Amino acid sequence: MTTKVAQPSPGLLDSLWETVSKPWTDKRAELVLGALACSVLVLIAGMVIFVFVKAWPSFSHNGLSWFGSGGNVDQQLDDIFNSTKTGHGYDYHLRAWPLLWGTILTTMGAVVLGLAVALFAAVFIVEFAPDWLRRVLDPVVRLLAAVPSVIYGLIGILVIVPFVGNHLISAGRKESVAYVVQLTGASLIVAVLILTVMITPIMLAIIVDALRSVPRGWTEGAAALGVNRWRVMWTISVRAARPAIVAAAVLATARALGEAIMLSMVSGSIGFAPNPLDGITFFFEPTRPLAATIVDRADALSAPPLGQTLYAFAAVLLVSAMFLSLAGWLAKQPLKKYGAGA
Amino acid sequence: MGRESTSSWPLIDRIGLGLAWAAGLLLCLVASAIVIYMLVRGVQFLRPGLLFSHPQPELDQTKSGGFLDPLLGTFILTVLGTTLAILPGVSIAVWLSEYARPFWLARAVESGVEVVAGTPSIVLAIFGLIIFSQHLFAPFSFTAEGGAVFGRSFFAAGAMMALIALPLIVGATREALQAIPRHVREASYALGKTKAATIRRVLLPTARPGIATGTALGMGRIAGDTAIVVILLGASLQLSSQGSGPILSTLRGTGSTLTSYVYNNSPAGEGNAPEKAYAAAFVLLLIVITLNFAVDLISRRRSAPAWNT
Amino acid sequence: MEHLIPPIRRIVVDAEPTVVVPPEGAPAHDGGNGIALDRLPAAPRRRFRRDDAPGRERMRIEDLSIKYGGRPAVTNVTLPVRQGEVLGLIGPSGCGKTTLLRSLNRLVELTPTATRTGRITIDGEDIDAVEVTRLRRRVSMVFQQPNPFPMSIFDNVAYALREQGSRKPNRHDLEPAVIDALERAGLHAEVQATLSHPALRLSGGQQQRLCIARALAARPEVLLLDEPCSALDPRSTEKIEQLIMRLRDEVAVVIVTHNLQQAHRVADRVGFMYLGELVEYGSVDQIFAAPQEQRTRDYVSGAFG
Repeated sequence: MTTKVAQPSPGLLDSLWETVSKPWTDKRAELVLGALACSVLVLIAGMVIFVFVKAWPSFSHNGLSWFGSGGNVDQQLDDIFNSTKTGHGYDYHLRAWPLLWGTILTTMGAVVLGLAVALFAAVFIVEFAPDWLRRVLDPVVRLLAAVPSVIYGLIGILVIVPFVGNHLISAGRKESVAYVVQLTGASLIVAVLILTVMITPIMLAIIVDALRSVPRGWTEGAAALGVNRWRVMWTISVRAARPAIVAAAVLATARALGEAIMLSMVSGSIGFAPNPLDGITFFFEPTRPLAATIVDRADALSAPPLGQTLYAFAAVLLVSAMFLSLAGWLAKQPLKKYGAGA
Repeated sequence: MGRESTSSWPLIDRIGLGLAWAAGLLLCLVASAIVIYMLVRGVQFLRPGLLFSHPQPELDQTKSGGFLDPLLGTFILTVLGTTLAILPGVSIAVWLSEYARPFWLARAVESGVEVVAGTPSIVLAIFGLIIFSQHLFAPFSFTAEGGAVFGRSFFAAGAMMALIALPLIVGATREALQAIPRHVREASYALGKTKAATIRRVLLPTARPGIATGTALGMGRIAGDTAIVVILLGASLQLSSQGSGPILSTLRGTGSTLTSYVYNNSPAGEGNAPEKAYAAAFVLLLIVITLNFAVDLISRRRSAPAWNT
Repeated sequence: MEHLIPPIRRIVVDAEPTVVVPPEGAPAHDGGNGIALDRLPAAPRRRFRRDDAPGRERMRIEDLSIKYGGRPAVTNVTLPVRQGEVLGLIGPSGCGKTTLLRSLNRLVELTPTATRTGRITIDGEDIDAVEVTRLRRRVSMVFQQPNPFPMSIFDNVAYALREQGSRKPNRHDLEPAVIDALERAGLHAEVQATLSHPALRLSGGQQQRLCIARALAARPEVLLLDEPCSALDPRSTEKIEQLIMRLRDEVAVVIVTHNLQQAHRVADRVGFMYLGELVEYGSVDQIFAAPQEQRTRDYVSGAFG
C-alpha cells in the first residue's frame, strides 16, 4: 500500500488485493474463469476482424475476379510490390486462381491419398497385424506425427526433389513444356506425397480409436453369422466408424491447408496452375499453394499493397479453416440416423 | 483348435488384406527411412562446436559459426510460449469441465478452442503481426524512428506460440479432470469445501499429470513450428536485444530458432549450407523426440489410477 | 460312438423314467419323490413323450474340455444335439453353459486364451475340418443382449446372405429370403411396412426377434440361443418362447437359460451343468421330476442358484 499520487486511488488497490487474497467464492471463481474462457471467443472474433480489415483493399479492388485466372500471378505480385515506387497509387490487381488451384490440388490430393492409407493401415493395426508388429507401429505413427514440418521440407528439398528432377523427369518432358515453365523436380507430386506422410498419422490415430470403440456385440454378432473377419471389419466396424472417418478427413484437410513451410520448400516456388490436360507431366509441374506464397513473400508483409494482398491470402485460409469445422459437423449429422454413433 | 484361415476368402477380400499389410509396412518403411537418413546426416555433420558457437553473418556459411543462438532461441520461445499458455489453458479447461454454464456459451467456447486448434500457424502468425504492429503493443518489440512498430520479437512470437499450445493444454487438462470420478467432488463438498477450493486443492493436483502431458505436447509443437518464427521473430541470425533489462531486452528483441535456422540454411532460404541445416535439423529432431518420449512417460505413470481401490 | 458315452450318462439317457408323467390336462400331483409337479405350471402344448424316438442327431459333443488360460471352464462334456428337439442347458452362473454353447460354432476361438480338447462333430464331420464361416452359417447364434446392426431392418436380415461371395446379390433377389426369415421369426407382420427403417428403433423384444430372423436367414441347421430372453419383458419372452417351439421342427435348438421355469416350458431335453461338468442329462420331465443326482435335485428345487 503506497500513498504515491501517481497510482490509482489506494482504495481500488486495496479492494483488488482483498479480492485476490481472500478464499475465492464460487461465484467469483466462476466469473473469472468464465471471462477467461470467453477470451477465446473474443480472440477468434478479433482474428477474423483484424485480418479482414487488413485484407479488404485487395478484395475490394478486384472484386470477385480476385478468385479468377488471368495472367501470370507472380508477375502480378511483383507489380503490386513495385507499385509503391511509382506515384500512381497502389496497384492491387490480382487473379489468384493459380494459387488457389495449387492449394486445392495439394490439399485434396494429400487428403484422399492419406485417407486411403490411414484406413487400410488402421484396419491392419486393429485386426490383422501380428502382436509384435502392432507394438512397433504405435511408436512409428507417433514419430511420424511428431516430426517438424521443416524437417520434412529439408529431406524433400535436398533428397527427393533432386531425385525427381534428375531421374524421374526425362529431358524430353522438360523440353515439352520449357516454353511455359521449368520442371525442376520441385513439383506437385512431391508436395502431395510428403504432405500425405504428414497428415496420415492424424487420421490414423482417430480411425484406430473409432474402430476399437465399435461395440463387441456387433462384431461378434456378425462373426457368428458366418462372415469372415475382413468383411466384418469393413461392413460393420468401418461403417460404424464413418463419423470418425469424416472428422479425421476434416482435421487432416485443415492441417494440409495450413501447411506453409514444407510446401514452400518442395512444391516449386512458381505460381503456376498445373494443367491436368498435360497428362503425366501434370504431376511434375510446379505450383505454390496460398500458405506457401505467404511464407515466400513474408518480408513484404509490412509494405502496404503486397502486405494487404498477403493478408487477403490469410483471410481465405482463415475462412476455409472455419468452414471446414462446420462442414465436418454437418457431415456427421445424417450418419446419426442409423445409430452409427456421435 | 483351428483358427480362421484366409485361404477360403473371396479374392477381393484377400487383395484387401494385402493392401492392409502394405499400408502398415509402408508406414514403418517411411518412418525408418526418415530416422535413418537424419541419423546418418546428423552424425555426419554435427560437431559439438556447432552447438556452442554463435552463427556468423559471413558469406561462406560452410566454414563459420554454429547455431548456439538458434538453439537458445528455441529454448526461450518454448518456455515463453508454454508459460503464457498454461494459466489460460488450465483455467479454460476447468471452466469447461466444472462450470460450463450457460450451456450455449460452453459449446461456443469449446468450438472456439477447436477453431484455434484448426487455425493454420501461418494465419496465427499473420494475426500476431497485425496485433503487435499496433502502437498499443509497441513496448513488446522494436520501434523504429518514424514510429513504425516492428512488431517482431520474442514476445510476439511467444504470444502466438501460446495459442498453438493452448488447445493441447485445454484438451489434456479436460481429459484429466473428467477422469476424476464424481464421488471425489461430492466427498469434498460434503466436507463443506466450496467448489473453487475443491478445484484448487483436490482436482487440480490430481490432474497434474494430465496438465504435464498437455504442456509437453504443447512444447513439442512449439519447438517444431517454423511459420510463426519466420514471420514474427525477425530474421536476425543472432539474438539481438532491444532496450534495457537483462531478460526483457532479449524478449523484446529478435532472433531465430532451430526451425528457422534450418529453413534459412536450406536451398529455400538464402542458405548454401546444407550441412549446417542437417546438423541443426538433427538436434531439433532429438529435442522433439525427447519431448514426446516425456509425454509417454508421464501418461504411463498416470495410467495406474488410485481411484479403483 | 456309443461306447464313448460314460456308463452313468448312458443310464440317464436311455433309462426308463421312474416317474409316470400324467397325460395332458390331468391335474398335477406329487410325482413320487417329494417334488410337487404342480409347482410348475403345466404348459398346454405337445410334450416330448418318453416313447418318442430321439430325432436325427445333428451335432455331437464328445469329451469336450475348454480352458481359459489354464482355468477350466468346461470339463469332459459329452452331449448330442438333435433335430426336432430343444436342448436346454441349465445351471448356475459361470458354470460353463455359455462357453459350451460358444464352442458349438467355434466362437470360443475369438478369445485368445481359450484352449479346447475333445471333439465336436456336425453330421459326423469334425467342426475343425469345416471352414469356419461355413460352419457358422450352419450353426447360428442369438445373443443375450439383442444386437441388431446399425442398419435398416431389411439390411440386418439380409446381412449374412450378402456377405458371402464376391458377387453381392441385389435387393430384389434377397427379398424372398428376407421375408421368409422374418415370417419364421414371427416379426414380419409387425414390420412389413417399415423394412427400410433403422433396426435400432424397434423395441427390445422386436430387436431380439429380428436377431433370430437374422440368424435364420441363411437357413441354419442348428440354432444356438444364449439366454435370449433375459433382457426382455414377459410379453416378449412369451412370444419368443412360442417362436422357439415352432422352430423346433426345422432346426435343432440349443438354449442356455438361467430361468428354470423357462427351461421347463421350452426344453425337451435338459443338461444340467455345474462348475463346468455335465452333471446330468435327460428329458425335461426326468430332470425336473426325478433327477438322479443330488446336485441336480438341489438346483432344481432351488437350494442354490
